[in-house]
Order: sequence, then structure tokens, then C-alpha cells
Amino acid sequence: MTLSALLLAAAVTLTPVEAARADALSDSLRCVVCQNQSIADSDAALADDMRELVRQRVAAGDSDEEVRAYIVQRYGEYVLLRPRANARNLPLWAGPGLALLIGAIVMYLFARKAKDVPFEDEEDA
Amino acid sequence: MISAIGTFALTLALLLACLQVGAGLAGAARGNGRMMGVAGTAALFQAFAVALAFGLLVQAFVTSDFSLLNVWQNSHTDKPLLYKVAGAWGSHEGSLLLWLLMLSGLGAAVAGSGGSLPAPLRARVVGVQGLIGVGFLAFTLFTSNPFTPIPGGLVPPQGQDLNPLLQDPGLAFHPPFLYLGYVGMSVAFSFAVAALIEGRVDAAWARWVRPWTLLAWSALTIGIAMGAWWAYYELGWGGYWFWDPVENASLMPWLAGTALLHCALVVEKRDALKSWTVFMAILAFATSLLGTFLVRSGIVTSVHAFANDPDRGAVLLVLCGLYTGGAFLLFALRGDRLRPTGVFAPLSREGALVLNNVLLSVLLFTVLLGTFWPTVVEVATGERISVGPPYFNAVSLPLLALLVLAMAAGTFLPWKRGRGGDLLRRLRLPALATVLAAAIWFMLQGGSPIALAGLLIGLWVISFSLFDIARRVRLREVPLAQSWRRLGGLPRGYWGGTLAHLGLGIAVLGMVGTSLWVSEEQAVLAPGESLEVAGYTLTLERIYEARGPNYLSEVSAFTLSRDGKELAELYPERRWYLAAEQLTTEVDVLPRWASDIYVAVGEGRGEQREARVVRAYHHPLVYYLWGGAILMTFGGILSLSDPRYRAQRVTKRRMAHAATAPA
Repeated sequence: MTLSALLLAAAVTLTPVEAARADALSDSLRCVVCQNQSIADSDAALADDMRELVRQRVAAGDSDEEVRAYIVQRYGEYVLLRPRANARNLPLWAGPGLALLIGAIVMYLFARKAKDVPFEDEEDA
Repeated sequence: MISAIGTFALTLALLLACLQVGAGLAGAARGNGRMMGVAGTAALFQAFAVALAFGLLVQAFVTSDFSLLNVWQNSHTDKPLLYKVAGAWGSHEGSLLLWLLMLSGLGAAVAGSGGSLPAPLRARVVGVQGLIGVGFLAFTLFTSNPFTPIPGGLVPPQGQDLNPLLQDPGLAFHPPFLYLGYVGMSVAFSFAVAALIEGRVDAAWARWVRPWTLLAWSALTIGIAMGAWWAYYELGWGGYWFWDPVENASLMPWLAGTALLHCALVVEKRDALKSWTVFMAILAFATSLLGTFLVRSGIVTSVHAFANDPDRGAVLLVLCGLYTGGAFLLFALRGDRLRPTGVFAPLSREGALVLNNVLLSVLLFTVLLGTFWPTVVEVATGERISVGPPYFNAVSLPLLALLVLAMAAGTFLPWKRGRGGDLLRRLRLPALATVLAAAIWFMLQGGSPIALAGLLIGLWVISFSLFDIARRVRLREVPLAQSWRRLGGLPRGYWGGTLAHLGLGIAVLGMVGTSLWVSEEQAVLAPGESLEVAGYTLTLERIYEARGPNYLSEVSAFTLSRDGKELAELYPERRWYLAAEQLTTEVDVLPRWASDIYVAVGEGRGEQREARVVRAYHHPLVYYLWGGAILMTFGGILSLSDPRYRAQRVTKRRMAHAATAPA
């Protein structure tokens, strides 16, 4: 029995709250056969299967993190559109903050250079 | 025949570009007027040669001349005329030729532009522009010649057709604008390199560069918007921005170009931030090159890349590296010669513009980091990961929030040195108006805290821009008639900037509506059945087949109604392109001021395949998004038309510039 046949046989019904959670999860997971789409957006059959898988895990009472871990276990970390905040991805997550810090230092240097600048009459341009 | 003429034209263009570089740079260095004149003429003829080649290629596409390999690979006799023409730039080779057309055209435009630009500076700009042309003309001729004849010499009767996804009006016009934006940044780059060679940047320099940067920025803005619009209704799931590498590639030069427009203002008005501005000009073109390269390198996967080729991409990477690296090296060696004379306190319009540039740079860095991080990880560890919308949204939203605060400060602070008390007093009313409007809207519409943040950001920009207009016309301080007169007296440059800011605010509201207030319904419908989305009823009436010029179509006819009243009929299609053997989904959209209704039909279901998977979306405020982008573009063009950038009168400053120019 193929995976998709298995899944279709077991299509689950969810409460509205669970369905919303499943949709949000689908938004954050990447369809592995598409160019660059989440499984929520994709028409591909595989995305259908993955969406159903998410719904099953939600129905089974998994937390969001557990659902993601489950999907990653099957399809690899590639499916996570929000990359994990782990040591390897530290530069990715810390980079913007670090750049902002450098920017703040640049600003500070600019500010220090400016000594007593007189006020000027406001001319609009 | 056409192959030989086309190749000859490109070869001629390459030789002329070489002449343009040599005569321009050497002529300026020696102060030789005749050599500098030769450079200008060469630029003009180079543009003619490239235009001839481009015209020939378009002609070959229109007449379906399959003796050219490129035409055979990307066209078909049954294709509608518009897409035959657009097919000329639908492939890697053709799009490069379009790129070259813009590059040489801009070079010729600088060479032939109005009289106030000193000859040595003009010759250097034209020379550097030619230098970019040499690299890319050679690349085109040796690796990507669109005039390569079909091997064997046997002309096939029929072509292979253009990728059907590209056979769309949105995409036919999107690349020319985007390319004008990318390539337009080359002029700012050439001006920057020329300034580094001369060791001088002043207010006049800033005024000469500005119109070109505005042109590039406006073209890039509308080009990006057209790409988003195309994605919205062509890719079939209602999204328009996916933080896809190719989209990011177009966003990076836009961010750098936006930063450049703002810091160049400081050079123009206050004679400060000179080396910074030169750096930004180089960065804007460097990111444009990266955009050109990224689309075709195959180094990143994307929904938009249609003309890629990894081998040639590597050569392009080397080219980009040479130009960018060379310019940055020159900057490192000579950037310190650009001494500013203007001083300013931190709390001043200059200070706010520095903050603006810092924030835009951080945003640019973030986009760059997120785009290439998967590649870095894969090269380093072999693992494949993704960096998608959740990352970019999480990081860019706080930066955008800071940026709009800097925008307001820059708008309300005077040049040189401002008073904190004045600033706070001016911000009070706009802030109050923003909070009130956002609170009311949020209560009516609801949504997540992100939606509230987005509303605050968008409304804040709109609000402070409007209050600033009121302040400048002294509304309620002087009689209304006088305010009205003042309104007409505000310079176009001011209106341009204000409209662009307003456009950004409106576009942000559009983003909130389309991404956070969207409702989506999916159902399997047989004819006669209906689904409900956001209070609307969508009924599938019937399914029938139709024939297009080069495709077969399965049309699903829907009626859209609300409270039993019929509003519209919608006809989404599934098309089978015969020659390309490719299936596409054509959605149908009911566009309206407040919200779009969007329908896409998927594959058949049921025993006789009588039913279809139907997706329906209710997208609020889509018009705000397109409207905001159009307003931004219009602002750029309005600013471009400000008389102070045209036919500058001979001012004292310019005389001084000409007098001290190395003779």
C-alpha cells in the first residue's frame, strides 16, 4: 500500500482550533518536490500527503514542536522554513543583531565626531 | 544571414566598448578633449550596435526564424505576437542582450546628456560604463550568443515554445523594468568610480547622479511590483512575495538604492557623508550584479528562475567579483580623499538619514545572509536546510519598525542640528492619530498582534507624511488660501519623497491585509456545488473545454454571490500547452477596492473526474499593495522631474568644480 493511499484511507477530522493549528504548521513546512512553496500553498500530491500527515499528528495530540520533529524525521531538516535556532544556525539568527550593533557603533562614532554644531534657521527643502 | 549580422553587431559593440574605455579614461587623465569626444561617440555607436542586435533578435522571434538556436528553443509559430516579442528576453541569452541594451543605452545617454557635466567627469563615467560593457559583451559573445545558428544548418519547421508560465502580460513587461532598475544602478556606480579616480565628490556630483539613481530606483520598484503581481495570479496560490532567493535578489539592490537616494541627499545639501555615498553607489550596483547572477546561477532554487545555467553562472560570478572587487579596492585606496566639509549634530536630519542608512544596510545584510545561508550550510556540512518566510518576517519586522521611526525623525528634524523638544512636539499629533486609527481598524478587523504592529507601521508613515505637508504649508497658522498657495510652491523633489513615503505606508497596509487577514477555503466541488469564503458563496456552474492559440483549456465557470445576490462570474482555467507539453493553472480574480476574490482550480476528483479541487481566497487590501507600489514609483519619477536636476544653470559651485577639475 502506498503512503498516499494509506493517508487517504485515514483522513482525519479536526476541531476548528486543531485545523487552524494544522494550517499554521503547514505554512511553516516546505514542500520537498516544489521549487519554493510551503505545503499549505502547494498543489503537489506530496504536499497533500504531508498536510494530511500534519493533520494526523495534530489529531493525535502532538504539540507543534512534536509535529515538526515528526515531519523532519521523515523528510529532513530541509522542510523547516523557519530554520532551527541551534549552534550551527547561530550566525543566521545572531547576524542581524550583530549587524545592528555594528551600525550602532558607527552611529556613535559619527555622533562623537560632531562637536558643537550651531543651530541653523530652519529652511525647508 | 541574421546570425552573421547579429554576431557582427555584437562584436562591433565590443570593440567600440573597448575604444570607449580607453579613450574615456585616458582622455580624461590627459585632459585631451578630442579623446574624450571619441569616447562619447563610441558610446553612442556602441548603443546603436547593441540596439541593432536586439532589434534583429526581436525580428527573428516575430518571424519565427528557427535558423537561430535560441529562437527555436524559445518560440513557436502559434504563440501570440506579444509573447513572441517577449520571448526575445525570455531566455538566458536574450535577457543578457536586453541587459546590454540598457547598459549601452544608459552609457550613450550619459555621453549625450545636458551640458553642465564637466567633460573629464563625463568621459570617466562613460569610460567606466564602457568597461562594464566590455565584460558583459564578451561574456555574451563567447558563452551566450543569442545568434548561434541551429547546429547542422537544417532549419526545423517548428520551435519548442516559451515556458508557458512566462506567457503572461505581467511577465512580458516585468523583466525590462527590472533590468532597467538593475542596470540603471550602473550609472551611479560609474559616477562613484569616476569620483574615486578624481578624488572628489561634491554637491554638484550628487545632483548629477541623482536623476539616474531615481530612474533606476523607480524602474526597480515597479519591476518588483510587477513580479509580485505576476506571482499573485500566475503561480496559483495567492501569494506574491515568498522571500524567494530571486525576489531577495531584486530586493537587495532596491534596499541599497533606497539607502543611496537618502545619503546622496546629505551630500547634495550638506556636503557630508561623501565616502559613505560612494560606497552605497558601489553596493547598489554590486547587489544588482548579484541579482543578475543569482537568477541564472542555479546556486539557489527559486520559483522565478527560468533562464539558468550553472556553468555560465560561475563565469558571471567571476565577472561580478571583478567589477565589485575592483571598485571596492579603489574605494579602500582612495575613499579617504573624499573629505566632507559639512558638520552635523547627531540630532539632525543628517543624523536621521545616517540611521536610515544603517537600518537599510542591516536589512540588506539580513536578506543576503538568509538567502545564502542554506548554500553556506550545504557547502560546509552537506546538509540541506531552508530559510523561509518565517525567518525573514521575524527579522525584518522589527527593523522596519525602527526604520519608520527614523523616517519620521528625518522628516521633522532640520538639517545640521535639531532640538529634541521640537521633534517630540511635532511627533505628538501624528502619533496620536496613528494610535487612534490603528486601534479602531484593529478592533473592526481583528487579527494577530503582528497585524496590529503592521497597522501601526503603515498608518504611522501615512500619518507623519500628511502632518508634514500640513506643517510645511502652515495649515491653520496662516489663512487657508495662503496654505493652498504654499502647497503648490513645494518643490517636486519634496512631493516625490512624500508620495514615495505615503506609498510605502499604503503598501504596508496592503501587506497586512493580504497576508494576515486572508481567508482561504478549499473544497472538492462538482458542478452545482458551492463553497463559502468570507461570507461569499462560490458556485461551480459547469466545466467546459476551450482552445487557445497554442493551448487547450479546461474552463470552470463559477458564479460568485453574496446574500443570494449574484456579484460576478469567474472563469479559472487549467491550460495544457501543446508544444511545451506543460500544464498551467490560470486563476481568476475579482479585483475590488476593499478585497479580491481569487479562485484557482486544481486537478479532477471523483470516479468520472466530474469534480475539481477548488481553492478560493478572500484577500483584503490587495489594491493597497499595488497602489502603494505605483505611488512609490510615481514619487520617484516626480522627483526625477524636479527642475533642479535638469539643465542646471551655471552656478558658482559648478564653475568652481570645472575650474579645479584636473586639466
